[in-house]
Amino acid sequence: MKILVPIKRVVDYNVKVRVKSDNTDVDLSNLKMSINPFCEIAVEEAVRLKEAGVASEVVVVSIGEKACQEQLRTALALGADRGIQIETSEKVQPLSVAKLLHKVVEEEQPQIVLLGKQTIDGDNNQTGQMLAALAGMPQGTFASEVKVEGDKVQVTREVDGGLMTVELNLPAVVTTDLRLNEPRYASLPNIMKAKRKPIAVKTPEELGVEIATNIEVLKVESPASRSAGVMVESVDELVAKLRNEAKVI
Amino acid sequence: MTILVIAEHDNAVLKTDTHKVVAAAAAIGGDINVLVAGANCGDVAQSAAKLAGVSKVLVADNAAYEHHLAENLGLLVADLGKEYSHILAAASTTGKNFLPRSAALLDVAQISDIIRVDAPDTFARPFYAGNAIATVKSSDSIKVITVRTSAFDAVEETGSAEVVAADAAHDAGISSYIGSEMTVSERPDLGSASIIISGGRGMQNGENFKMLEEVADKLGAGVGASRAAVDAGFVPNDMQVGQTGKIVAPELYIAVGISGAIQHLAGMKDSKVIVAINKDPEAPIFQVADYGLEADLFDAVPELNAKL
Ligand SMILES: Cc1cc2nc3c(=O)[nH]c(=O)nc-3n(C[C@H](O)[C@H](O)[C@H](O)COP(=O)(O)OP(=O)(O)OC[C@H]3O[C@@H](n4cnc5c(N)ncnc54)[C@H](O)[C@@H]3O)c2cc1C
Ligand SMILES: Nc1ncnc2c1ncn2[C@@H]1O[C@H](COP(=O)(O)O)[C@@H](O)[C@H]1O
Repeated sequence: MKILVPIKRVVDYNVKVRVKSDNTDVDLSNLKMSINPFCEIAVEEAVRLKEAGVASEVVVVSIGEKACQEQLRTALALGADRGIQIETSEKVQPLSVAKLLHKVVEEEQPQIVLLGKQTIDGDNNQTGQMLAALAGMPQGTFASEVKVEGDKVQVTREVDGGLMTVELNLPAVVTTDLRLNEPRYASLPNIMKAKRKPIAVKTPEELGVEIATNIEVLKVESPASRSAGVMVESVDELVAKLRNEAKVI
Repeated sequence: MTILVIAEHDNAVLKTDTHKVVAAAAAIGGDINVLVAGANCGDVAQSAAKLAGVSKVLVADNAAYEHHLAENLGLLVADLGKEYSHILAAASTTGKNFLPRSAALLDVAQISDIIRVDAPDTFARPFYAGNAIATVKSSDSIKVITVRTSAFDAVEETGSAEVVAADAAHDAGISSYIGSEMTVSERPDLGSASIIISGGRGMQNGENFKMLEEVADKLGAGVGASRAAVDAGFVPNDMQVGQTGKIVAPELYIAVGISGAIQHLAGMKDSKVIVAINKDPEAPIFQVADYGLEADLFDAVPELNAKL
């Protein structure tokens, strides 16, 4: 079976972004960019399913500027077989991302689409669910365990209050949570090998998808900043402050 | 303008998340209806009818909705939602699961995690782990929104809405519920606790979380954790506070043995008062703490417990 893994190029999770002084956006110039951590977990899971003999091919797809080929190469070095870049310089919102991915799903006919549960730039947590709806597929979101059994997949989901397991008919959409696995590091030979793996480039026009902008960003601001308070010397002082000054206990 | 709020419940009890989503709906303005979808969920509908500002409660009582499977609930909400100007749900794991499905079926965008309503089409939402707040305007005919419940105050239970059956049965038949493992706790859950004490990697093991539980019991607090503590297996996943766990804003948040990574701060920095106990004076958590105590937690926490 084939697994399709959509990945996004995002600012590295260790970077604290700043808002531009004109309040139009965050400033991403010269910041380290990486593969979205949840997408990396999705790639790892797909590669593990291939290593376990469950999957036969892992295809990675990214929508973005040419630079996102870097992240596709990273995924290929982790063990994916080939890549697809959908070239656009626009900021594509989840519904349009899902529509583009739906076209790729129609072409590729994967049995499982493994996405991250959320991107750490947009924090949307929508794309997998939207894709599943458009493709008429079931979904196992926020997965901490994925087990393929015949023509079904069992997904254990991290939900408020604990864990919930669902069984989905294949083909299905699965989105990853942090504890699904710990991604490997790409080895040097695999990084070299990845350079020869194919990446196909397509455009939204070729796929027949118009990129909608239903949501307009009016302004971007820094959150109300919190300043450091005081250091207390002892537990007694802490308890006294909480009782008499903050009045919270 | 009529707003549809999807109730959050376990078929027996209406969760206070719903009270807060109704508050967000009230800030948008207009008529408010609540949908209670579940199985044998009549009691929940009666509770929902009491929410201030709600004019009508729709009850979709059907086995297909018992476990809130996204495939079925997504269809139901897209079907009923066509008639509304706004569809709102809590940004809980349930809301995040089914609502984007409904939005896609309606061919509209979703605005995730709003923390403020500026106008019926304009909302504020955090992104980049809360390091930036965007004010966004939607041009969609139906605005589909998840609400960060920690940013809204619950409405009162002073209403008396009519309760009507919504007999739309949608069973996609492509997914089924197998089972769940829920953590049972006597303590208040993180979403509603007014005091939270959380432990991080510094706790060293799950056994040591008992120290935090003792303090929690004296304060009537909920117990949370950092991702490091959850990943290390000290405590269950639903205790994780942060960008990808629970977002909380209690009156008092006590962080014990937590360094204060961006992703953790994203989940708790809107707390009213923050206390940090950490043995490293350079720990970034001190930069957001109102009261910092540089100490070994294995001394400080038992002493705190004794002095409360
Ligand atoms: C995509 C992504 C999402 C993430 N989401 C989340 C999230 O939702 N929530 C979250 O919490 N993290 C999240 N993280 C992880 C985050 O980056 C940090 O790794 C994590 O928060 C660290 O947890 P910690 O503070 O407990 O551990 P550490 O950073 O290891 O800090 C432990 C602290 O304990 C102190 N300490 C140790 N021993 C003692 C002692 N005896 N007495 C007093 N102090 C002591 C140390 O000084 C240190 O400051 C995410 C990461 C990624 C990549
Ligand atoms: N531009 C993109 N290219 C490829 N995949 C994407 C893109 N944007 C989002 N995704 C996928 O959708 C997931 C969830 O993203 P989001 O809904 O934006 O939080 C990500 O983890 C990716 O797997």
